Amino acid sequence: MTQFLQQIVNGLSIGSIYALIALGYTMVYGIIKLINFAHGDIYMVGAFVGFICISTFKMSVLSAILCAMVFCALLGVAVERLAYKPLRNPTKAGLFATALVMGFILIYLVAKATLELDNLWAGVIALVLSLALGFFVYFTITPKGNPNRIAALITAIGVSFFLEYAMMAIMGPNNRSYPATLGGTATLAGVQITFAQILIFIITLALMLILTFIVQKTKIGRAMRAVSTDADAAALMGVNVDRTISITFAIGSSLAGAAGVLVGIYYNTLNPLMGMTYGLKAFIAAVFGGIGIIPGAMLGGFAIGITETMVAGYWSSLFKDAIVYIILIVILILKPSGLLGKNVREKV
Amino acid sequence: MKRFFLAALAFLTLTLLLTGCKKETASDDKIKIGLNFELSGDVAQYGIAEAEGAELAIEQANASGNFDKEIVAIKYDNAYNAAETSAIITRLATEDKVSGVIGPAVSGMAMAQYQAGNQYGVVMISPSATADAATLDANGNAYDFAFRACFIDSYQGAAAANFVARDMEKLKAVVIYDSGSDYAIGLYNTFSEKFTALGGTIVAAEAYIDSDTDFSAILTKINGEDFDVIYIPGYYNQAGLIIKQARELGIMVPIVGPDGFDSPTLVDLAGASNLNDVYFTTAYSNLSTDPDQAAFIEAYKAKYGKEPNMFAALGYDATNLLLAAIQQAGSSDPAAVQQALLNISGFKGVTGTITFDEYHNPIKPVLMVKLVNGEQAESIEVQP
Amino acid sequence: MKRWLTLPTLCWCVFAIGLYGLLQLLIEIGVISVVWQITLANIGINVILAVSLNLILGISGQFSLGHAAFMGIGAYAGGIVLKMLPGYTGMLLGALAGLLISALAALVIAVPTLRLRGDYLAIATLGFGEIIRIIINNMKITNGAAGLSNIPAVANLTVIYFTIVLTLIIVCNFKNSAPGRACISIKEDEIASEAMGIPTTRYKVIAFVLGAMLASLAGVLYASSFYVIKPTYFAFAQSINILVIVVFGGMGSMTGSVVAALVLGVINYLLQSLPNERMIVYAVAIILIMVFRPKGLMGNFELSFARLKSLQDIKALPALWKDKILAVLARLKNKRQKEDA
Repeated sequence: MTQFLQQIVNGLSIGSIYALIALGYTMVYGIIKLINFAHGDIYMVGAFVGFICISTFKMSVLSAILCAMVFCALLGVAVERLAYKPLRNPTKAGLFATALVMGFILIYLVAKATLELDNLWAGVIALVLSLALGFFVYFTITPKGNPNRIAALITAIGVSFFLEYAMMAIMGPNNRSYPATLGGTATLAGVQITFAQILIFIITLALMLILTFIVQKTKIGRAMRAVSTDADAAALMGVNVDRTISITFAIGSSLAGAAGVLVGIYYNTLNPLMGMTYGLKAFIAAVFGGIGIIPGAMLGGFAIGITETMVAGYWSSLFKDAIVYIILIVILILKPSGLLGKNVREKV
Repeated sequence: MKRFFLAALAFLTLTLLLTGCKKETASDDKIKIGLNFELSGDVAQYGIAEAEGAELAIEQANASGNFDKEIVAIKYDNAYNAAETSAIITRLATEDKVSGVIGPAVSGMAMAQYQAGNQYGVVMISPSATADAATLDANGNAYDFAFRACFIDSYQGAAAANFVARDMEKLKAVVIYDSGSDYAIGLYNTFSEKFTALGGTIVAAEAYIDSDTDFSAILTKINGEDFDVIYIPGYYNQAGLIIKQARELGIMVPIVGPDGFDSPTLVDLAGASNLNDVYFTTAYSNLSTDPDQAAFIEAYKAKYGKEPNMFAALGYDATNLLLAAIQQAGSSDPAAVQQALLNISGFKGVTGTITFDEYHNPIKPVLMVKLVNGEQAESIEVQP
Repeated sequence: MKRWLTLPTLCWCVFAIGLYGLLQLLIEIGVISVVWQITLANIGINVILAVSLNLILGISGQFSLGHAAFMGIGAYAGGIVLKMLPGYTGMLLGALAGLLISALAALVIAVPTLRLRGDYLAIATLGFGEIIRIIINNMKITNGAAGLSNIPAVANLTVIYFTIVLTLIIVCNFKNSAPGRACISIKEDEIASEAMGIPTTRYKVIAFVLGAMLASLAGVLYASSFYVIKPTYFAFAQSINILVIVVFGGMGSMTGSVVAALVLGVINYLLQSLPNERMIVYAVAIILIMVFRPKGLMGNFELSFARLKSLQDIKALPALWKDKILAVLARLKNKRQKEDA
């Protein structure tokens, strides 16, 4: 019995981590219907920002979390503006910016590696060429919206690779450990609970409530719901669609940043590829609970955490992922829009 | 549309030209060494560390003045893909015409490379392909040109079993292994074989995957079992977390591991206070007063600003082995290098003294290192 | 017979055999080095994978994220049989086994999941792909996580080339057949197709199973070309790689898939020697291409000889090719004008 209770605690604690990442995932999906594969990597960036804050700048855990949240919010907006918006709703200026920034990175790296230049010269060459590319784009391409959502998905995958390997180039590929801890352990009727587990659980719960409040009760939340239902109609009603989407990205990404620091401290480990697994799991959690629905993300996270723990604890961890996927597929087949999702009737 | 194609074409031409420029560095008055590593993908950590070790060795060889020609490294990324590994070994052997190849890090990649590359007659030394069969062809004979610098799994797994059953006299073991790694599974199999032969029982065997960070479920599960030792065949990244989480759950039995534990990261991840009663098999220990090893650690720290791990050390040794063979052969002709490599005996590397057996596996003594508060406290030699 | 032997078909035969001859000639005179032969083999396998996914994604509009699993089934079937029976017989038997198992697996997956739409289907197929990989990872016959090694390398460029030709014949003919057109209509509007009396589930399943079988052929070729297979090669990341080729080339365009596999293969070859920058450059290139060319390189353009009507044209083959090129250019121009309008 103690073992069972301990496994429930284990499951809830890993589940609240999935839920924490899934919250941001589900918000972004809810508003632009994009599987944002880069979300897991923004979580990874958050973990690294927190790591640098604590180890290099000797900040406290709380201020490190705040720093990571701000940085990730900015990063999320930048990614949205440079990579997703040009596909969704391109403008000449937007395309210019994308061509400039992406072109600069590309040409800088290629020039530096192949011509063996130093930073300055490679930078100058890249700047000149990418400016040329930017103006070429600005004057020749007529912006056209593109309804192809799979192209946006591939872009998200590109962003994900970019964040992972840019971080690997900056920080090195090795696992690092957090120079901070979150309190001790308490034993309750033979069941061990750490302070960190309680903290993460409470933070997840609180964030879920705050987000639900924002989405349901505030003006910006109303705008989000409007854009999510019908972006064109929302625009006609005076909602600034682009700004609403950017705010959604900022909120979702800052949640991922906070999750990164918390999880980094909790498990005491971080590496540039850590976002992939957690991102995927969190996405599954979001689908499980009903994607786009905030309490659903939380429910899905807990469900997956507990399922994994129970399978690993009472059968074999070889099959925990397989069981999670099987349950997910069964739920999708029985209730295609997730546990809390409403089945929308197709209209002809 | 046409404009787009023009732009794309222009870009492609530019890239081709740029990459073309780089090739001109290759010429005959240099000794060329190929590096074929997993520099991106899931196992990039290990490949990058080994490539760093190899590049350090080459840099030192150039500085030493022992070679009359300059040694250059030609480094490619196989992206943890057998198809690219085959292409790269061919590229190194037929186009770059290297004297020898170092890499890859993982057994699977090494096997693809050995099978694809053996026909070209160029020496290939993998720093860390530990699978028993890695250097063997389908008939169980060693490939002429395939070598490695590390222990094979059965050697190390058996040594660990011997140590646990005979020296520690613990006969009830739990094994926690990485289900996605052939290294871990190879060690698990040989350990349990030898351990049961010595009268021990494997109480439970639990698996994890390398992206796991939460091991509380399996640790809670084994906590209910009756056992007196844990064997964790796997790498420091997960082992560090398993040790930390196990100790926090109150599992205080001795923990034994393979040379995959050998990294400063293990101490970071597990926390020094949790690393008591932890043992691992390895070929070298920093308790030895070997000046070469200290010099390697210093040089590595100076070049890369961090402590070397086992992979870096193995990459360094593999490269030095190749360089020693080139020096002994007195030429960089691959066939001569291969002969010299076969004749090498008692090569002194930082991961132990290496002589090759008939299957081109190094014979190195196995040390069992004991950790006390994260520090290596004692090391004894054990027999496989 | 008469219906089969049309001028376009003849042109395709000449084209395919001519290209093969050219390839062999270039290898013979040493223009295509051994390295490029291996790289081309890899590109060829990617072509088959991309074309087979394009059948599912581009023609019938079903978003699958588990395609690598079928490749894995083929690779393991091929690898296991080849290790027992080295040689072409082994490869053929392996291919047969792979086709059978992957067809069965695809059927089991397709029947329940293809009722799902869009992203939900993507997640379900992702789940099934991972389940297949986990099964492979835990079976005795597949040698678990260590995978199979020392697989005899019996495939060569010729085998791969003609498998590509076969794949293209199957997929392009499917595209223009009655079921293929039904699939295209399902992609365009599923509800409308259903209303027109098209049994949508049946056609979606047909396309899915066919795509899965072709992917397993690619797997067999992979196993018999590159010596080693491990379950990790057939994970989610590989599905993504295939997807990138398809979208990069243009969904629905088989020409696009071939071109994209070639272009990405060449880029990949160039990037092997820039290990530190490799993935960043690749990622930025993906973003740039998708932003500025969301329809992919080729859009829905398809190389075709269907315009040739009379036998007279063959007499002046050089002129014909000139016409052909001019026609392609004209089409491109037309298209652009249409786009601009």
